Amino acid sequence: MKDLRLRLSQSTGLLLALGLFVVLYTIYSSLHPKGWTVDVFVQNSNESFALIMVSMAQTVPVLTGGIDLSVGPMMTLVNCLASNLVSGSPFEIVTGILVCLAAGALAGFVNGCIVVYGRIQPIIVTLATGAVFLGISLFLRPTPGGKIDDNLSWVTTNAMAEMDTTYGWFPDGAPGWFAHGIGRLPVPILLLIAIAVFVWLPFKNTVTGRGCYAIGSAEGAAYMSGLNIARSKLAAYTVGGLFAAFGGLYLAIQTGSGNADIPQSGGYTLQSIAAVVIGGTSLFGGSGGAIGSLIGALVLRSISFCFRVFDTDGPMGFLANPLLQPIFEGVILLLAVSIGAARVFRVKNRLSLFT
Amino acid sequence: MTDTMKPLIALSGVSKRYGGVRALSNVDFACGHGSIHAVLGENGAGKSTLIKIISGVVQPDEGRITLENRDVTFPTPQAANAAGVVCIFQELSLMPELSVSDNISITAPPRRLGLIDRRAQRRRAEELLARVGCEDINPLMLVKHLPLSRRQMVEIAKALGRSPKLLILDEATSALTAADVERVYGILHGLRAGGLSMLYISHRMHEIEELADTCSVFRNGQHIDTFPKGARSDEQIVQMMIGRELHNVYPPKPVRNAPPPVALEARGIGWEGRLSDISFRIGQGEVVGLGGLDGQGQRELLLALFGVLRGVAGEVAVNGQKTHITSPAQAKRAAGVGIALIPEDRKTEGLMLPMGVGDNISMAALPSMTRHFVVDRDIEDKKIAEMVAKLKIKFGKLSDPVATLSGGNQQKVVIAKWLLTGARVILLNDPTRGIDVGTKQEIYQLLRDLADAGTAILFYSTDYDELIGCCDRVLILYGGRIARELTGPDITEANIIASSLNLSFPASSGAHA
Amino acid sequence: MSGVLKNIHRPTLIACGFIVAILAAGTVYTLVTQGSATFIEPTYLLQQIKIAAFLGIVAAGMMVVVLLGQIDLSVPWTLAASAMIATAVGGPWAIPIGLGIGLAVGIANGLGVAFLRVPSMIFTLGVNAVLRGLMVMLTGGFAPQSSATKPMIWLATGQPLGIANSVVVWALLSVALVFMLTRTPIGRYIYATGNREAATYLSGINTRFVLVFGFVVCSLCASFAGLLIAGYTSKAFQAMGDVYLLPAIAAVVVGGTNILGGQGRYSGTVVGTILIVLLQSVLSVMQMPEAGRQIIYGLVIIAMLLVYGRNNTVRG
Repeated sequence: MKDLRLRLSQSTGLLLALGLFVVLYTIYSSLHPKGWTVDVFVQNSNESFALIMVSMAQTVPVLTGGIDLSVGPMMTLVNCLASNLVSGSPFEIVTGILVCLAAGALAGFVNGCIVVYGRIQPIIVTLATGAVFLGISLFLRPTPGGKIDDNLSWVTTNAMAEMDTTYGWFPDGAPGWFAHGIGRLPVPILLLIAIAVFVWLPFKNTVTGRGCYAIGSAEGAAYMSGLNIARSKLAAYTVGGLFAAFGGLYLAIQTGSGNADIPQSGGYTLQSIAAVVIGGTSLFGGSGGAIGSLIGALVLRSISFCFRVFDTDGPMGFLANPLLQPIFEGVILLLAVSIGAARVFRVKNRLSLFT
Repeated sequence: MTDTMKPLIALSGVSKRYGGVRALSNVDFACGHGSIHAVLGENGAGKSTLIKIISGVVQPDEGRITLENRDVTFPTPQAANAAGVVCIFQELSLMPELSVSDNISITAPPRRLGLIDRRAQRRRAEELLARVGCEDINPLMLVKHLPLSRRQMVEIAKALGRSPKLLILDEATSALTAADVERVYGILHGLRAGGLSMLYISHRMHEIEELADTCSVFRNGQHIDTFPKGARSDEQIVQMMIGRELHNVYPPKPVRNAPPPVALEARGIGWEGRLSDISFRIGQGEVVGLGGLDGQGQRELLLALFGVLRGVAGEVAVNGQKTHITSPAQAKRAAGVGIALIPEDRKTEGLMLPMGVGDNISMAALPSMTRHFVVDRDIEDKKIAEMVAKLKIKFGKLSDPVATLSGGNQQKVVIAKWLLTGARVILLNDPTRGIDVGTKQEIYQLLRDLADAGTAILFYSTDYDELIGCCDRVLILYGGRIARELTGPDITEANIIASSLNLSFPASSGAHA
Repeated sequence: MSGVLKNIHRPTLIACGFIVAILAAGTVYTLVTQGSATFIEPTYLLQQIKIAAFLGIVAAGMMVVVLLGQIDLSVPWTLAASAMIATAVGGPWAIPIGLGIGLAVGIANGLGVAFLRVPSMIFTLGVNAVLRGLMVMLTGGFAPQSSATKPMIWLATGQPLGIANSVVVWALLSVALVFMLTRTPIGRYIYATGNREAATYLSGINTRFVLVFGFVVCSLCASFAGLLIAGYTSKAFQAMGDVYLLPAIAAVVVGGTNILGGQGRYSGTVVGTILIVLLQSVLSVMQMPEAGRQIIYGLVIIAMLLVYGRNNTVRG
């Protein structure tokens, strides 16, 4: 019991973000004429997937006390790559997917190498590599287009039930547990859970992964303790690249094409930082986690969902004005990050403000 | 070598240079099995380089190291750990945002299926904490939520968890409370009985007397002598360390007939339950000590007077003028007199390490050197030069980063910075911690000179000896209150210890070596 | 000789070397393809410096914030908002109001960072989003129809002294900034705060004021650049500031300023700015496609930082 309270008090940021998401999404779903239905879930999760992945990608370097301004460009890079590779025979599709993921991880690894062996600040390394990744994306796809396997697109952006209809999993008709259970779950949510459970959680529980937290908390102490700093940092950027690759791949699958969209890429990078902060990860490193960022990204997305459902004729009608959406997004971001400022006014020892 | 036992670890002909500076030259050194081996020396004598070489943080330029008669090289701390050499560094090597159990098993946690087994890890932490007598620490707590003294105990538990053959303690007890120190002594004695060897670095002579069985003295990167405990007197050891005669350890205190005019008066200072109802006066020209066990509110009291803490109850008057200070900027100008604080940690609170020596010295007094919004460089240079001469600060160029100076000279820069403001009330938070004997002497003399010139000084020290030697009066804090005020001949070790433990009678002298 | 070189800021020297290398590579290219040495003609170089003035002013402000150990990501829309509002207001008040917006944004950023203690990266990001939102709201997302006032155009393009006013403005601003950074107390405080805020605070310096001041300088520079750019192109447009953010940060860092704060010289930022502008220009003259430009741009920044020597990571 005491342990539980201790654990909860150590993850207030995450809990706040979760609460915010529940409130926002409840408002949205209640106002939406088709709220709380599978269709809406599917649509929302499709729109959130890439941002969630990019935010998780941002989290890992941030945990080490670094930052990755190239998460958006890495996503765009994989997006363009996927539009060239993920089509054709099943073998080609699978290979294409693997190559895409490997490319993202490689891009992250390159970031890590420059940060670790070049000893240059991550913010400036990734600013520069981001430009390089965007350049490569433009080479791969000078104009929007390309092709993604249609069936793959269809099944990964819908409820599980479409797996059955598309690939004929149950030729004799789907059993009840599938049709009324798993079958109604959106595939992107299942993918998300799979990535969190099979990529993030294992990574967090390795010595290398925990080393990322240790480095972000106190790099000198981590080194003195005999941790392999280089390995943890390389792993952090590589895993970040892998997450970004998931995002880019999904974006390609969702849109059925590739696009070296530079403004979009920058927007994703900036939003990922916001999501990381809202999700309770400290920008100074050492505490937080990718699950928090997942929720942080959901909060950001819920905000923009909400704008769609306000009744234009109602008392809140002015909120439905699409021209107002950018300013509300900004204000909400500022408010969210300023919540932590309450601490500043409770601080009794002013010196603790500077750490 | 007086040691007849086969040494556990031996260095022969080890040298290390940093740029043009010779940190260690041709050192032969050995540490036996099952002994506590104290390493003594001034700052810059080469002790920390020795430790860093043995623990794999830096590599020697020449020479060899043998561990249990086998040649070894430690390219990294991991390699040293793997060979059984574990170091507890002066700067804590804990990760504040991680839990206690994560910290204890940071490199080699118990694993299941390749992943960290959190439950087993927690049990392990509980066992190790129990070994150092800290069962009260919940392993799930984050290290940053623990007080400094508890952190140091976690540090020791962490080191023990690596099953060391050689344990290096670099000022490992500097932040411990007296009760913990006793406990640590007990643990270390137990470990020695179990055959573990320890290298013990400390500036506190009485700790060495209590713990060590062998002592080695270093000076200027050379190994001067190694001898069994008790073979040399304190005077001889100090002599070996500094290589020159010490006449007066402490400057003489003036004799006063009437109380001096009050410079600083505090009435009923309270803060957050950590300080309560603290009232005292400091006269012009008085050196008032602040003593007691660590963590009894001394640091908080200094910060409260300096305007760093928020929500402080009570009143402060400077030169009879009631003041309300809410920031160091105001403290600097308080009542036209000025209060200065020499902070606890010079590296993070006192200095801008990458900036030049000169820039650091003039930092607090820049407004007084400014004409029409422009810093007058002639005045600035003159004032800096005065301070450098007055405090005998040693450095290469004024523009050299202050980080390149030795600890003692860095502390002098911090003091110089405040002397330039002409502050008439100076608060000092343990200014001699981690500083070599020679510089300590200079600081004692400086404080007395300042006092003689009319400055009021409030001086917190963790070293009883300093309080006795330097102070006209001593306030002993206990639980955030003034437990006792000692004056003149009453300032004795017995009285200080007794009142630190909040005992009303003087303990029989010699209760604590 | 080596003694003289030692006194010159090392990154500045290296950046100068890179500039020479870029010009040499470009000249070889034009000699081979066109038989002319465009890149070393004075008219070309003067033209580049004229263009560099805009980036240079943005980078100058950014440098102050970076010296404080902070960053200002609200520069793009501070720049755009100032220009858009100034052109919309028009008349004699255009320039003061434009600068007033910079002042207001700087104070907002500074208050958020200094008083609320929100990391500057995230707070200025939010302010940028709010500014963008405001401009979208005011203009409906379209390019404003209004055009720059005469004084704005004169400031950006007039040449009463034989060289473009924008260059003169940049030079004057640079002199003022160098003077502030090296000769005034606030300059020292900026370096000190960037190095170690706790120690600066305990030296009795109002570090909150220093932070607010730094952000105000940065935003004022950005809005001033916005007014000049609007004058240069004779109108303001949406997203006109987006292309200045990353190059400004790059110019500051390539010029040797430590991104963690506390260390750096203004001369480096000037040279860094010229380097970035020349690099962009040479690549476009070489008709390098956008893809190749992005790649080379990124690689040059990394290469330069690698050449600077690696800053030792803090250990122990």
